[in-house]
Amino acid sequence: MTAAIEFLDVSRVYGEVHAVDRVSLTVQAGEFFAMLGPSGSGKTTCLRLIAGFETPDTGSVLLNGRDVTDDPPYARDVNTVFQDYALFPHMSVLENVAYGPRVRGQRKDDWRRRAHEMLELVQLGHFAQRRPSQLSGGQRQRVSLARALINQPRVLLLDEPLGALDLKLREEMQIELKNLQRRLGITFVFVTHDQGEALSMADRVAVFNRGRIEQLDTPRTLYTRPATAFVARFVGGANVVAGELAQRLSGRAEPFAVRAENIRLRAPAAPADANSMSCLGDVADVQYHGAMSRWQVQLESGEVFAAALPDVSSNGDFKIGARVRLEWSRADAVPLTAAE
Amino acid sequence: MRALSTFLYRRPNFYVLLLLIPPLLWFGTVYLGSLFTLLAQSMYAIDEFTAKVVYEPTLATYKQVVTQPANVDIILRTLSMAIAVTIACGLIALPIANYMVRYASARGRALLYVGVMLPMWMSYLVKVYAWRLILAKQGILSWMLDTVGLGAGLDAVLRIPGIGGPSLSSSYIGMFIVFVYMWLPFMILPLAAALEKVPESLLQASADLGARPVQTFRTVTLPLALPGLAAGSVFTFSLTLGDYIIPSVVGAPGYFIGMMVYQQQGTAGNIPLAAAFSVVPIVLIMVYLTLAKRAGAFDAL
Repeated sequence: MTAAIEFLDVSRVYGEVHAVDRVSLTVQAGEFFAMLGPSGSGKTTCLRLIAGFETPDTGSVLLNGRDVTDDPPYARDVNTVFQDYALFPHMSVLENVAYGPRVRGQRKDDWRRRAHEMLELVQLGHFAQRRPSQLSGGQRQRVSLARALINQPRVLLLDEPLGALDLKLREEMQIELKNLQRRLGITFVFVTHDQGEALSMADRVAVFNRGRIEQLDTPRTLYTRPATAFVARFVGGANVVAGELAQRLSGRAEPFAVRAENIRLRAPAAPADANSMSCLGDVADVQYHGAMSRWQVQLESGEVFAAALPDVSSNGDFKIGARVRLEWSRADAVPLTAAE
Repeated sequence: MRALSTFLYRRPNFYVLLLLIPPLLWFGTVYLGSLFTLLAQSMYAIDEFTAKVVYEPTLATYKQVVTQPANVDIILRTLSMAIAVTIACGLIALPIANYMVRYASARGRALLYVGVMLPMWMSYLVKVYAWRLILAKQGILSWMLDTVGLGAGLDAVLRIPGIGGPSLSSSYIGMFIVFVYMWLPFMILPLAAALEKVPESLLQASADLGARPVQTFRTVTLPLALPGLAAGSVFTFSLTLGDYIIPSVVGAPGYFIGMMVYQQQGTAGNIPLAAAFSVVPIVLIMVYLTLAKRAGAFDAL
């Protein structure tokens, strides 16, 4: 495998804010790579650094092994699907899709044929003569995709491309994007703040926080073995246990994480199990989610724990305010390398 | 009071009508009324012997406007100036507006907006007379050009037949400069408003797809700025067609439409001819708008 994108110690500073803070990463060719993080974590700035809309203050960006740090966007072999789609309102769908080949001086016969092919690829063959304003959000999304792919880039950048779509369409597009990526074999770099999207689609995920990469791993590793408290909370929605409580429960001072679905609720008087950790708390809230219910339990020490239980669970009869014993296997306590 | 509010709230059409009556009356009588009175006046003619208006509908006055060589000259002169001024305003305003919207800092942009509008807050007459001094034979501009050694260049420009003259202040070039100065804000402001509506991401998408900056400007920025350019050009075009002060204070002695209207309805007392002349800019602007629409200037609206 060769590297499609390399960041070597890249920083981008706006005034006092380190939007991207000494980030180094490598994206392999043909990989579906996700950049995940809350807003302002630096993931979008990283994408813009790859596209060339931003230049790093320090460090360098390599595409396919070539240093492109100072290259303008039009000289880079990458294309972008924008968050707001950025379709040209004064052009038809066909002209939008054909824009790349046209500005590169392709002959009219060629760009027309190519654009029609791309529209077929995204199942919009009948919409060639429409204006972008006459399309739905999902259709605009596809036009934007076709327009970016017509140049046959080696890397496709997607900036929160599904953010504006409703849930059902979003799930359809997730599958479609994944299939498209497999079929074309292009490197996809996908920016999102939705951890479900990142986990389900990507081969590897970089989790961003405050301009740095907290962890870069496969979705499974991120979810089951989070390295930091931030990743444990943001990716897994896990409970992070630190300080005195950690000391009391595990016998060691290092923080650890327990995912909500690994926690069981038991009656306060239930006998303790040698292979488990447990503590007492009061039920503060229960939210019904269909397949499972999410419980908020306030511990005596003040922390709030989340527990996700299958709805058919026998624990369903605890009322709000009831005292319960939270219990989980020692094996489910994932030690975290860094404290808060 | 409460019952009245409820009554009006339930009948929004009646309520709107009630609110619109004063402006409609104003618009209808004062604005449209005077326009139609003017149009009606142009359908009469003046008796050449008695110098009195004959109140019988005729197209004789219009015929006089479009056939008498002196009158045709006036129309063509005014039209050429309006076209030249509009083109120049567009060419100068485009980079300024683009800079204001895309590149200036928030502070710089505010300063530029004030800078563009500041001259509009000053007396029109003061500005025109100031320009006469700037452009005069021994005025500031010729003095400056002489100082930096470009006096010969100015003389060469003034020797151009047709638009030259003894000095800038008494040539069509000078008049053109003053017109462009006067109407430039009317071009910059709508153009900046149009450019501001173009999202940054469109320009980035263009670059991303491989367009060099010049191509992006030609294929994205310019087409999307066209409605602003069209709006601005309607201002510069119509203001130039109708103005009579600038041509009477600065420039060559040739007559312009505005001066003709002023003179005919004043000293000459030929109201029908003045009315017919003032219809000319209206027709020209309508033709201009039709052409602009056909060229697709309003497609992006």
